[in-house]
Amino acid sequence: MDPLIRVSGLRFRYPDGTEALKGVDFELFPGETVILLGANGSGKTTFALHLNGLLEGEGQIRVCGLPMDKISLPEIRRRVGMVFQDADEQLFMPTVMEDVTYGPLNLGVEPAEAMRLAREALEQTGMSAAHAKAPYHLSAGEKRRVAIAGVLAMRPDILILDEPTTSLDPPGQRDLVDLLTALPQSKIVTTHDIAFARAIGTRAVFFEKGSIAALGTVGDIASRFGWEPLPRG
Amino acid sequence: MEEWARRDSPLHRRDARVKMILLLVFLVWIGTARPAQPEAYAAYASILLVAALASRLPLLSLLWRAALVLPFAATFALLSWMAGDAERAASLVLKSSFSAFAVLLVVATTPMPALLAAVESLAAPKMLVMVVQFLYRYLFVLSEKAQHMWMAAQCRGGIRRASAGGAIAVLFASSHARAEGIHRAMLARGFAGHMPLIRPSSLHWLDISFLATGILVLSLGRWLWIL
Amino acid sequence: MHIPDGFLATPVWAALDLAAIPAVGLIARRSQAGLEDARAPLLGVMGAFVFAAQMINFPVGVGTSGHLVGGTLLACTLGPSAAVVVMTAILAVQALVFQDGGLLALGANVMNMAVAGVLAGYLPFHYWGQGPWRRAAIFLGGVLSVLVSAFLTLAQLRISGIPMPSAVLGLSMALFLVSALVEGAVTLAVFGALEKMNPGWVRKPAGAISRLRGALAAGALLMASLGALVASGLPDGLESAAAKLGIHERAWNLFETPLLDYELQFAEPVWMRKVAAGLVGLAIIYLLCAALSRWLLRRRSP
Repeated sequence: MDPLIRVSGLRFRYPDGTEALKGVDFELFPGETVILLGANGSGKTTFALHLNGLLEGEGQIRVCGLPMDKISLPEIRRRVGMVFQDADEQLFMPTVMEDVTYGPLNLGVEPAEAMRLAREALEQTGMSAAHAKAPYHLSAGEKRRVAIAGVLAMRPDILILDEPTTSLDPPGQRDLVDLLTALPQSKIVTTHDIAFARAIGTRAVFFEKGSIAALGTVGDIASRFGWEPLPRG
Repeated sequence: MEEWARRDSPLHRRDARVKMILLLVFLVWIGTARPAQPEAYAAYASILLVAALASRLPLLSLLWRAALVLPFAATFALLSWMAGDAERAASLVLKSSFSAFAVLLVVATTPMPALLAAVESLAAPKMLVMVVQFLYRYLFVLSEKAQHMWMAAQCRGGIRRASAGGAIAVLFASSHARAEGIHRAMLARGFAGHMPLIRPSSLHWLDISFLATGILVLSLGRWLWIL
Repeated sequence: MHIPDGFLATPVWAALDLAAIPAVGLIARRSQAGLEDARAPLLGVMGAFVFAAQMINFPVGVGTSGHLVGGTLLACTLGPSAAVVVMTAILAVQALVFQDGGLLALGANVMNMAVAGVLAGYLPFHYWGQGPWRRAAIFLGGVLSVLVSAFLTLAQLRISGIPMPSAVLGLSMALFLVSALVEGAVTLAVFGALEKMNPGWVRKPAGAISRLRGALAAGALLMASLGALVASGLPDGLESAAAKLGIHERAWNLFETPLLDYELQFAEPVWMRKVAAGLVGLAIIYLLCAALSRWLLRRRSP
């Protein structure tokens, strides 16, 4: 089976000189949910941003067989749905409906069709009732769902979620687990929350100082690197 | 205000473009009214009252918000009055508060996105409308942040001049970072240089008749020398 | 100080609305600078930033405090045309959502605060922003932006016939001077902190270092707005000039529409002449300053 994403030898240096990625090799196969673990600043988010062409480093990236270049970039951005950590930054349109239709309209979809895709995506995420609301009035969990809907409306093959449990309460986290496991797309998820990672992850990679230090199951990696949650007291 | 705009009433249901046009006509009428004419002001007041009742919003809260112009108006009214021009004093207070009330009624019965779409379709520069849209979207997000910074400073003994400069600079930095984040999120969903807009829907016959009636009433009033 | 509706005389708000619409439209196009819509989020968020920054009070001393207006700060970081757009957006939101400033008077408020205020705030930085006078230029920019907006606002109110005894005028000008100095100080403080955090945020001024040109331009702007204020109250000397140019005759025809015919009674000749006189006064001051600066420059670079 061909991988959906194949990355080899990816290097990236920020303009201020910090070397954020030092040769990363990575593959994502259909149906997988890969958890990216690692300390703050280890390069997880930088890596994730490359998969959508938002950052450009040295090395090879192929998404669904397409090379990362100017011509295939729009198609790659459609296929790789990126859900950012800060939902307030992702939901920049004035209402939920306009936000969810934003992506399809950018792809040149007719307005009526975009509305249909948006309604479908909102239904999938359980946010149909909120379509006329302003994002500012949503709870953290609802914002996360709408952000996911905004990406789903573009019919992606791959979802990348950056710290999706940030500022969610435990019921919100459980709902998110249910939602993500119900979605058929392959996923890459960065998180510090091991319980969440165990619930959705099929395997994990551990980032350390800009490269992948280990691959394995979530449980293996967590115990090997002391990434287990605090003991219950 | 947001909450008011999302309620339902005959006035809420009218198309935002129609409301904007009528608002402008009404404001021009008031703006060009002669200073001394009690019956004209009574007519304006009754138009506003009818509209306010049709909006089914709490009248007292509306009045209270529109009264925000009064301190400014009253100061100059007092000056005019002291200068022996009582007519002008009255007209300043009435004109400014009536105008503010009219604007408030339209804004309080129209959700901001619809209002902005209407303003855009009435030929305002698209760039400016988009800037207003983003401004409004992040107004409360950033204000909340500023408030938290302010409280954090108060907890540690208040704010000094140098630290206030620093606080605003930090706010600037985080606003800048947020704008970058937004831009990145736009790119991630296929932004290619232009913001897609959902056009406002076509006018309902009720909207057109509302517009026609409004303009007719106002014009007739002016023609008959009442307004 | 935002002018509400009902304060300005019809020709004043109408003329300023008519002037503001193309001005802002043009500047909005310029501020995009070929980037299409990509700058809209930045400008919008920076507008929200100004609102938020205004919640942080600055202790000024003697138990009072002021807050940032923002025009100069925006002009020196985003560039003057972007700053005009942001300030216009702020004024529009203030008028619509916060009932601060009228809708018909929006043109006047935009011309005073977003256009004249931002340009006055940017001018000193444009000319002195790279030299040893940098800090002075930023301070002066803050001061000028508030003063120029305030003078223009007062002038428009006076032209519209709002009585302003000299004591009141003096008092309000003194108050404006204080808030102008506060704006200068706040802008400077924020600037210092910003440059320490990331020098890249502050623009490199495009103008060559020229103290003379800077001083002349800043002086001309201040004089012009002050001149408008003076002319708004003392039109008699210029009355005949305006009449000769036939300005008020044309203005009369403009308002002679059936629905507005009472305007004839309201627009007394004296009153129209005041407007015309103010405009002519402005034009004369501008021409004088322009001629003077051109003459001085020619002498400097033979």
